[in-house]
Amino acid sequence: MNKDLHLKKATEIAELVNSKKITATEVTKYFLSRAEKLNTKINAFNFLTPELAIEQAQNIDKQIQDGKTFILAGVPIGIKDNLNVKGIKTTCSSQILKNYVSPYESTVTSKLWEAGAICIGKTNLDEFAMGSSTEHSAFAPTKNPWDLQTVPGGSSGGSAAAVASRMVPIALGSDTGGSIRQPAALCGIVGMKPTYGLVSRYGLVAFASSLDQVGPLATNVEDASLLLSVISGHDEKDSTSLEAKYEHISAQADLKGLKIGLIREFASNGKGINQEISNSINSSLQLFKELGAEVKEVSMPLISEHCLDVYYVIAPSEASSNLARYDGVRFGYRDTEATGLLSMYKKTRATGFGSEVVRRIMIGTYALSSGYYDAYYKKAQQVRKLISDEFEKTFKEVDVLLTPTSPLTAFPFGDKLNDPLSMYLCDIATIPANLAGLPAISVNCGFDSSNLPIGLQLMSGQQKDQKLLQIAKAFEEALRKNNSQVSAKLPELIGKVN
Amino acid sequence: MNSVIEEITKKYEPVIGLEVHAQLKTNTKLFCSCKNEFGGEPNANTCPICLGLPGVLPVLNKTALDYAIKASLALNCTVNPKSKFDRKQYFYPDLPKGYQISQYDQPLASNGFVDLPDGSKVRINRLHMEEDAGKLVHAGAERLHGSAYSLVDLNRAGTPLTEIVTEPDIRTAEQARLYVQELRLILIYCGVCDGNLEEGSMRCDVNISLRPQGTEKFGTRAEIKNVNSFRSIQRAIEYEIERQAEILDEGGEVVQETRLWEENRGCTITMRTKEEANDYRYFPEPDLLPINISSEKIQNIQEELPLLPSKKREIYSQEYKLNEEESFIFVEDLERGSYFDECIKLSNNPKKVAAWVNGPVAAYLKEQRLSYFDTKLSPERLSEVLKLIDDGIVSDSSAKKDLIPDIFTSDLSPIELCDKKGLKQITDESAISGEVEAIVNQFPDQFSELKSGKDKMKSFFVGQAMKRFKGKASPALINKILDKLITK
Ligand SMILES: [Zn+2]
Repeated sequence: MNKDLHLKKATEIAELVNSKKITATEVTKYFLSRAEKLNTKINAFNFLTPELAIEQAQNIDKQIQDGKTFILAGVPIGIKDNLNVKGIKTTCSSQILKNYVSPYESTVTSKLWEAGAICIGKTNLDEFAMGSSTEHSAFAPTKNPWDLQTVPGGSSGGSAAAVASRMVPIALGSDTGGSIRQPAALCGIVGMKPTYGLVSRYGLVAFASSLDQVGPLATNVEDASLLLSVISGHDEKDSTSLEAKYEHISAQADLKGLKIGLIREFASNGKGINQEISNSINSSLQLFKELGAEVKEVSMPLISEHCLDVYYVIAPSEASSNLARYDGVRFGYRDTEATGLLSMYKKTRATGFGSEVVRRIMIGTYALSSGYYDAYYKKAQQVRKLISDEFEKTFKEVDVLLTPTSPLTAFPFGDKLNDPLSMYLCDIATIPANLAGLPAISVNCGFDSSNLPIGLQLMSGQQKDQKLLQIAKAFEEALRKNNSQVSAKLPELIGKVN
Repeated sequence: MNSVIEEITKKYEPVIGLEVHAQLKTNTKLFCSCKNEFGGEPNANTCPICLGLPGVLPVLNKTALDYAIKASLALNCTVNPKSKFDRKQYFYPDLPKGYQISQYDQPLASNGFVDLPDGSKVRINRLHMEEDAGKLVHAGAERLHGSAYSLVDLNRAGTPLTEIVTEPDIRTAEQARLYVQELRLILIYCGVCDGNLEEGSMRCDVNISLRPQGTEKFGTRAEIKNVNSFRSIQRAIEYEIERQAEILDEGGEVVQETRLWEENRGCTITMRTKEEANDYRYFPEPDLLPINISSEKIQNIQEELPLLPSKKREIYSQEYKLNEEESFIFVEDLERGSYFDECIKLSNNPKKVAAWVNGPVAAYLKEQRLSYFDTKLSPERLSEVLKLIDDGIVSDSSAKKDLIPDIFTSDLSPIELCDKKGLKQITDESAISGEVEAIVNQFPDQFSELKSGKDKMKSFFVGQAMKRFKGKASPALINKILDKLITK
């Protein structure tokens, strides 16, 4: 049985552990050894946490012996390295936090440990979650398990690659403009950004506070739902968290009569969307129709035309402020060459941050400067409101919106590294949900001719997270029945370990 | 006002506005649950939130909000139903997050005023909430510049502050001092600030400019920081009036800048010019929700407001007819004032109560370093003493002389004390009148003088009687008997 543990769902592992068919410690050792071997190839984890993992597992085993059960009993998880776990490093894949050890626990991770999950390690990301390829990690890029010459997407590329290569069955990511969904798409797994406020941000290192949201990455919709049910809920430590709590889905949705909106501007070759992706999306739409859903084309000009502009004012503005605390005074890296206070600030920040982070701090500082605030930040917030209104109007006509998650499948390293604008375009379909605070999910819907995964994105109205996951599950099931070859496909290298 | 200033103000009119930062005395800080306490080991009262560690979020202290609303209402401000927090961004080592959570374009409250004891009125432009910064300790120098190294203490970081900004209504250094004194009292009365200037609970920045007398247009102003005592408020403003007048007299222009008050040297020095001013890049704090305050909440807090100093002064002078000095003391000294207020409820002679509280009671407590409600002389007990005096059972002078300190310390009642100490006056008219008649008969000449209208002779007879009763007879009673004998 042990041999195939990595092919099991998180729900199945928890069941095995709760029913004492296997111990959490055995599960943990299995995945730790797998992760150790695979990580040398993929670099999904910045570091593993074997001591913490074993300690947690033994603790769970003891309690299970005493008759307790846990929702995620003994389920190994990867934690994006911008979430604080007490007593271990939180690097944000940045030089400036390279050796920073957190003295406190994030709300989401404390919920995970209470639910019996096991921390396997901290996953790689674009520095401070700014990027779409994980190439902006200050340490080393993560590789896509489907093709080691290509990027896994980002910024939660480490989490996505760790799950895709089955080093862990589930992982946490954070999504500010698509940072969970886009890497999930590029790695052929499920990634979900919940409604803004459904999951506490306390302990998530802030990038853009009004857009950031923690969410699940998993191999399947059910696991994503289970993980979301554990981490969601009101947190009095996060003033922006909702009173709502997400309940795990028990069944898939009946798609009969479901109204799916296809955003015209993102359909067929619009917005630089690759033809193979368009084709795959069209077959998926066909499948939805066969299940009784109604597909309706909707026009959302504001969203297609202005989202990037608005996002690249608001996100860098908030980032420039959120990243001011990395000044070398109290924690983290300090440039030792500095000769005085100003020189300490300048040198520490100039050598501590990578180029993409510096770029965004510069953009944001400029946008908030006196004399520019009204033209940039304030205007962007006004358009953001109009974008929300456009969504609200559209959701009166349709139940969900469907787009490709990413206009491209996994691309080769270096392809976009020196062309920030083309990198920013990777998030064109995912950014709108962040601006409007909506839930959105990416599920795999096929592969391109290079055998690289294609992701399909579904978005719904605020706090319709449960409905969204039920629909995603229905699609996943339909795809499995309809095209089992596609849905059963795994990266080749995952069979080569254990 | 000194003569130099007097001379200057014949020519120029000073225009002064004040910004006062007052710490709110909540138990915990503004956005975390750390203790809000002065002193303590450096960085003892800190947590990930007030240290600004990666990933933390602020949560608004509701008591601090209530306190700020209370202060707003006491300053006659309109509390805005909607306000919000903003980030004020600048780099300094005492500012952990690289920004201060403050309020920019939608403050908690606006449009208030303070009535000063001199009859003038200072309008309040706005009151907003913000968090305090930490403190730097510099090694080998007074400030960062020139120090070998500096240490950061973040105990104060995150302490709730209200910033109270006046309109440029103030015209003299004395008025500025009066305003800050009155503001301090109001905040203390509301129980929202301890008003301790030495410990930095209240800190003051002064905006000041001069304009030729009789003109409307404001001159260029300087902002003076670090003005942190009543004395330095007055001194700094007077120094600045002289400095600016000198520049104007020489035909120069005052530079718009921020200046620092140097307490030791008694002067202001340039801190930064307008060109060097920070661009604070304010923007709405995305980690906190906007503040919505219901009219019910405002109503409830309004009803909780205590009697404020100006109202108290009015009652003392108009209702109780106290003189200015007495009412000043009772308003200023909160404990003495409330002791007096308790005593007055049990008496119908406010002047006499005031004389006792400010006289023997205050003197004894000061000498013994005791507080008003800490001795056996409760307001009830003091009123018993005063009644004994009123009833002629003990004389005022002998009560003051002989009942102290026992009325503060003894378990015996005032009347028992009088008994024990033999202070009781003879109040039985029949016991006295025979004796008085005997004296009258003994001094027939003097009595005829008295009868013929020579009132001075009355004290002769009272003196004789007192001698005979060894001072225990009530002079009032003796007078009364004498009057009867005269008209017989
Ligand atoms: Zn704290």
